[in-house]
Amino acid sequence: MSYISVENLNKTFKVPQRGSGLKDAFRSLFKRDYKYINAVDNISFDIDEGEVVAYIGPNGAGKSTTIKMLCGILKPDSGTISVNGFNPFNDRKKYVGNIGVVFGQKSQLWWDIPALDSFQLLKSIYKISDEEYNNTLDDLIKLLDLKEFLHTPVRQLSLGQRMRCEIAASLLHNPKILFLDEPTIGLDAVSKVQVRNFIKEINKRKKVTVILTSHDMSDIEALTNRLIVIGHGKKLYDGSLKGIKSKFANNKKVEIIFEKLNKIPNIKNSKVIEQNKNRILLEIDNNTSVSNIINKYSKECEIKDVNVYEDNLDDIIFKLYQDLNL
Amino acid sequence: MKYLSYLKLELLSNLQYRSAALAGIATQFFWGALLVCVYTAFYSHTSIDSINYDQLITYVWLNQAFFALIYIRNKDKDIFASIRTGTVAYELCRPYDLYIWWYVKLLSKKYAATLLRFLPIIVVALFLPKPYNLSLPISLLAFILFLISMFLGSLVVCAINLIAHFLTFFTMHDKGIFSILNSIAELLAGFDLPIPLLPTILIMVSEYLPFRLIGDLPFRIYSGNIDTLYALKSIGLQIIWIIVLLIIGHLIMKKALKKVVIQGG
Repeated sequence: MSYISVENLNKTFKVPQRGSGLKDAFRSLFKRDYKYINAVDNISFDIDEGEVVAYIGPNGAGKSTTIKMLCGILKPDSGTISVNGFNPFNDRKKYVGNIGVVFGQKSQLWWDIPALDSFQLLKSIYKISDEEYNNTLDDLIKLLDLKEFLHTPVRQLSLGQRMRCEIAASLLHNPKILFLDEPTIGLDAVSKVQVRNFIKEINKRKKVTVILTSHDMSDIEALTNRLIVIGHGKKLYDGSLKGIKSKFANNKKVEIIFEKLNKIPNIKNSKVIEQNKNRILLEIDNNTSVSNIINKYSKECEIKDVNVYEDNLDDIIFKLYQDLNL
Repeated sequence: MKYLSYLKLELLSNLQYRSAALAGIATQFFWGALLVCVYTAFYSHTSIDSINYDQLITYVWLNQAFFALIYIRNKDKDIFASIRTGTVAYELCRPYDLYIWWYVKLLSKKYAATLLRFLPIIVVALFLPKPYNLSLPISLLAFILFLISMFLGSLVVCAINLIAHFLTFFTMHDKGIFSILNSIAELLAGFDLPIPLLPTILIMVSEYLPFRLIGDLPFRIYSGNIDTLYALKSIGLQIIWIIVLLIIGHLIMKKALKKVVIQGG
């Protein structure tokens, strides 16, 4: 059996509904209407030990709900989850010692005290031995470059510094699985790269299985090969990054900037989307070569700059949605 | 132990609020002095069997000195914020009992606040001119029983307080629950008037509720207003109430957490 195995997972939320106006407000005192939302709808997947998997989908797709069920915080309505032999919800207290969690939008560090004090507390929460703690901490300090601000109260740290501390905090007890919910949200380019490199490193060295959610395509490209896409609670895609790109990213956009254009050359499979005095934006399909276009245009004008835009993840998911008629 | 480490950490981070403590001490002195004046005037015209003047003045000063410990209406911003913003998700990913964890948090806040405040009030009140001063405990035994019941009282008040926190998730707004605590619980806890000065019917009602076990009991043990046997019985009652309140709170938390379904993300 796989390391993590999820079968026919379902979770429905009951949300109270209320009409506007005084009459409905009064009525809702006695009788409440509810709407049922299938946050997670019959999802199954398997993950092997040491894999890095990106779990993506637009806001409200059911990502966090799935992660929360995998962490043992929420109880599934139906279906089974098995992680390394544990049932996360039922075995919560024993199970959570095996996992580390980072929710990018929330903080697990104590605000008023230095990160190091929070680490000390986590040491006693997870009953980590002195030796293991010192080794792990040394490692983390080196890899994440924490040394300079370990003694600064967390409230005075920058977001990037804080996020590095958050990640360190979630790995002190050497978990076998790491859940990262939008770990790079709001980070600057340098911090993003640092965080990514660290995740790669920890996965390689300690064989930590990583499940991450992100809206940042570059995160996913840098870290993982496998992608699970969900939308409206349903699994839409499970496979490689390349696969999803060739399947759904059909078009590229080419922007050409020039001094003066004599006439628009005729190129097959290309379409002019926007045009003004010294700029033109074309849409071409994936089979048309960009060099061919540049070649043709260079005969008609002095090209100053060329930009090629590929579909980003959001475009791809958007297409995926259209494709599946959701 | 993890809960003790947490207690220590929260204590240390709360001990930094020194100017708040200074303001608290000033307020408590003012109130204490005011009440001493009122009761002095009151007792100069009448005498009351259930509690004598010296016991009452001692009660007043202890009440002021340990006000931070027995105060029922604490609202812990962090607990509310944790649930509202969903940070509680983190706490549920840890191998500890969340209810006990938050209970320890409330306790440590109380202890930090009390440690910063009680000593100056006690010392000054002890050296005030007679008869306006805080008397020494009636006996060594009474003093030991006072310490035990004061500690248990702090456990009782935090258990009540934590339940109030979770009840607010069913009422949408925190004002209601805490106003009820404010008026009813504080009356029956002897905050407004010491229990012996309350009307008979209210004294009877207070016997069946845990509120008088917070401060009223230890203060009256200290001054000898309650005899040893009754004190021991009441200490037993404190322990039972702590267990009952913790179990009830635990159940309410479970329901409340199911209801909030961990917001966001």
